[in-house]
Amino acid sequence: MKAYFGRRYLVSASHRLHTDALTAEENREAYGKCNNAHGHGHNYFVEVLVGGAVDPATGMVVDLVALDKTVDERVLQRFDHANLNRDPLFADRVATTENLCRAIFVLLVDALPAGELEYVRVEETENNFFECSARG
Amino acid sequence: MIFLTRRATFSASHYYWNESWSAEKNEQVFGRCANRSGHGHNYTLEVTVAGEPDPVTGFVVDLKWLKDVMEREVLSAYDHRHLNLETPEFKDAIPTTENIAIAAWKRLEPAINSRGREFGDGAGAGGAKLSRIRVYETPEIFAEYRGEA
Repeated sequence: MKAYFGRRYLVSASHRLHTDALTAEENREAYGKCNNAHGHGHNYFVEVLVGGAVDPATGMVVDLVALDKTVDERVLQRFDHANLNRDPLFADRVATTENLCRAIFVLLVDALPAGELEYVRVEETENNFFECSARG
Repeated sequence: MIFLTRRATFSASHYYWNESWSAEKNEQVFGRCANRSGHGHNYTLEVTVAGEPDPVTGFVVDLKWLKDVMEREVLSAYDHRHLNLETPEFKDAIPTTENIAIAAWKRLEPAINSRGREFGDGAGAGGAKLSRIRVYETPEIFAEYRGEA
């Protein structure tokens, strides 16, 4: 029987929305205060939903400890308490939460200990969040 | 199609144990959850019903009715209970969050889908159907069941 297991992780990180493709004025226009020179930070919540058959022996879709280990190694150690703009993944991509969400999806999709990645949701604040799923 | 969700909370105790395994293997796989004295959670149950709003009432289903169904079918069986010892569905299945979501679906689907058809009947609206069950074990851990095989 197919079910889904969801887990939420906290990532505190800083970023600055800025692209060299635009002038300083255009950056200001596009990103507003998110373009401030020295960046700013968020407590991001990363929600991971894994789908798969429930193992009759364990009652589980995926082992929580194994999932935590994967997410810790691939996502939390990389982004938590870091400056997103310094990460090579954002060398030529703006560190928007859309791009962060897609980056996390790509980091996890082939690395899960069991099941399939249904979606990654990244909440930047209580009032805005982004989702990236296998369906594109 | 509109998706309507109602939330409720229940508090229950449980432990994880597979009778066909040794004590060592249970402890290795389930860790602290294998403590046979059990432990407890404040669970949040989210029930999502999908359908078209009735043209007369504007409701997909009546929320008060849905609240009563959740109370009768799920909360009265799970709230302030020991899931392993007091609920028949967990005599043979481990009460993981995944299995609780599946069990809650089985408890709710007959009541919701039969009455959901009544809400739509004769009014030209689509019958409301159970669409999704989500069970939060903690604010950071949840499981979901969508009725899939």
